[in-house]
Amino acid sequence: MIEYQNIFTQVQADAPDYPGVPIGKDEEHRMGGPIHSWIAGKLGDAQIGPIYLGPSGFLAFLCGFIAFEIIGLNMWASVNWDPIEFIRQLPWLALEPPPPEYGLGIPPLNDGGWWLMAGFFLTASILLWWWRTFTISRNLGMSNYLAWAFAAAIWLYLVLGFIRPILMGSWSEAVPFGIFPHLDWTAAFSMRYGNLFYNPFHMLSIAFLYGSAILFAMHGATILAVSRYGGDREIDQVTDIGTAGERSMLYWRWCMGFNASMESIHRWAWWFAVLTVITGGIGILLTGTVVENWYLWGVKHGIAPAYPVIDAVPVVDPMMEANQ
Amino acid sequence: MKLPQFIRATVVVIAGSLLLAGCEMPPPETVQLGNRGLGQELVVNPKTLAATVAANQVPTPQPAVPSVGPKAGDIYQNVQVLGDLSVGEFTRLMAAMTEWISPEEGCNYCHVAEGFQYDTKYTKRVARVMTAMTQQANVEWGAHVGGAGVTCYTCHRGKNIPEYVWATDPGQPHAAGVMTAGQNIASVTAAYSSLPNDPLTPYLEGDEEEAATLPWRVAGQTALPNGNRSSVKQTEYIYSLMMHFSDSLGVNCTHCHNTRAFYDWEQSSPARVRAWHGIRMVREMNTKYVNQTTDWLPDHRKGPMGDPLKVNCATCHQGAYKPMLGANMVKDYPNLARTTLLEPKEETAPAAEVEAAAEEMAEEMPAQANAGSNDQGMTAGS
Repeated sequence: MIEYQNIFTQVQADAPDYPGVPIGKDEEHRMGGPIHSWIAGKLGDAQIGPIYLGPSGFLAFLCGFIAFEIIGLNMWASVNWDPIEFIRQLPWLALEPPPPEYGLGIPPLNDGGWWLMAGFFLTASILLWWWRTFTISRNLGMSNYLAWAFAAAIWLYLVLGFIRPILMGSWSEAVPFGIFPHLDWTAAFSMRYGNLFYNPFHMLSIAFLYGSAILFAMHGATILAVSRYGGDREIDQVTDIGTAGERSMLYWRWCMGFNASMESIHRWAWWFAVLTVITGGIGILLTGTVVENWYLWGVKHGIAPAYPVIDAVPVVDPMMEANQ
Repeated sequence: MKLPQFIRATVVVIAGSLLLAGCEMPPPETVQLGNRGLGQELVVNPKTLAATVAANQVPTPQPAVPSVGPKAGDIYQNVQVLGDLSVGEFTRLMAAMTEWISPEEGCNYCHVAEGFQYDTKYTKRVARVMTAMTQQANVEWGAHVGGAGVTCYTCHRGKNIPEYVWATDPGQPHAAGVMTAGQNIASVTAAYSSLPNDPLTPYLEGDEEEAATLPWRVAGQTALPNGNRSSVKQTEYIYSLMMHFSDSLGVNCTHCHNTRAFYDWEQSSPARVRAWHGIRMVREMNTKYVNQTTDWLPDHRKGPMGDPLKVNCATCHQGAYKPMLGANMVKDYPNLARTTLLEPKEETAPAAEVEAAAEEMAEEMPAQANAGSNDQGMTAGS
């Protein structure tokens, strides 16, 4: 019996060209393809295209391309237009936000101006893409879970690069565009504000992030495990539960006493994913604006225990010593 | 599209090996330095430990000699820094310095055939400055080097120029219009991070007043905002210096800090206080000693920006948490742990004349200056 499976199996999920359901007046925005790819068929559906581009999709691509070019060309300029150095140093290169002295003003192009411009186009691109997720689900008669989930991620992005810098009164508070540089920024940000691990919203965000990963793994594994009983027809199982749904729910009830339902597991996963970035955004927003040092905030609120000092002579700040 | 099995297997094995090639073989050992559960520990890999130990062996001391007898400054000409040593001690130290710094070139690395007193070679003048610097470190900076002390060998290890020295980094060549913010390039100094690539020039050179204006203590010291406007960019600067510390000593952040509260001294290990003094010691070494040589040092002993090769943490530490793994070497060379200027004689020529004479000597004439009267090497340091 051939099972409906791909990724790591021999079965190709392939069918004759299928343009999709008619969508009326926006029909002309569906373009390209379809083509069929053997490799794509290993991973998912073998048919590629047509894609629904539309004005918002076109503008999103355009703005994204402009941002990509600004960032890339600035990086290339920072290694003196040397193509080999550009490849070699690429993970280290960055487009930095303006230095602190410019505050929220408009800096010269070469001293943060390009960063502002790249940020503008990238944000425009992301918002246009969001509009696309919204309209495509509307065109298909779907509700907007995808658009709102994406909006939650955009919230975190806007807090980091736009809302918090404005509240702090300086673009320099924002994140650089760069692979290692944004990671170094993250570590320095945590050290500057007294250890982000004591930020309760950071804790929540991590809990939801790891929770999302484990829910995803549990759900994926459960459905694959009952697909021999038709469990991969999840939506059927929601309204008309069969032996696959029964078995998968019994599995978790026997395992841990509680089980999600065939429908609610998807709401669990959706909320975990969405709350990762919503709580994360709140945590970043509070840092520096409302809380200066999260470790000391934690001490104040009884979440950071004191440890005994091991050395017989406690360590004293040499500058305090000099002042005494 | 179907690759033969053995090609696939080969590709997987090669790719896997490449991925792991940069790793040290586990397991490492840890030495607990703080309260349990805090990760305040020294991580040691037993497989690399033998090499570290071998690289940090103290050479056999030169045979001891009596400290009595006539002073080198009275007997020899143009002995400026080590005048108060007995002739025997002086010769012994010269032999040791040859062994430590120019084992292949011998005396002629610094001295010329016409006579030991001539300052013809710049290396001799550098040696004078460095000797004074070493004495200053042992005399004044016990808070950093105490317990072990430093000798020429701590840094030189048998090489003319210590292996780890630095000069101001001109940075990566970049298009004229671009501001690079001094970062976002693979930085060797900052342990291959993208942090500011030259934290050494601001932090380890310059006087205390300049240093006081730098971002050091950037972290908030109160739970709620109190007007601290230190930026994340400033934090990256001191972070970069800390990466240099970590890399130079072969230790983690937790060697000095309780990383849950980097700023807090009370939770830090005593090593942090040592490091605090070390920063100031190194700054004095670079500013008051090394930089004296700027005017007359040949260009091939200078960095790309024309500044002399300077001292940082790695110069002595060379990857060990204590240089020479804490061995006390200076106990065999006590004259490096005291100032050894001879008291100036009454008929000393004014400093300017002596300097002029010294320059002349360097060019042609045998030395006539009163030995020990010129403390060129020490003025700046005392």
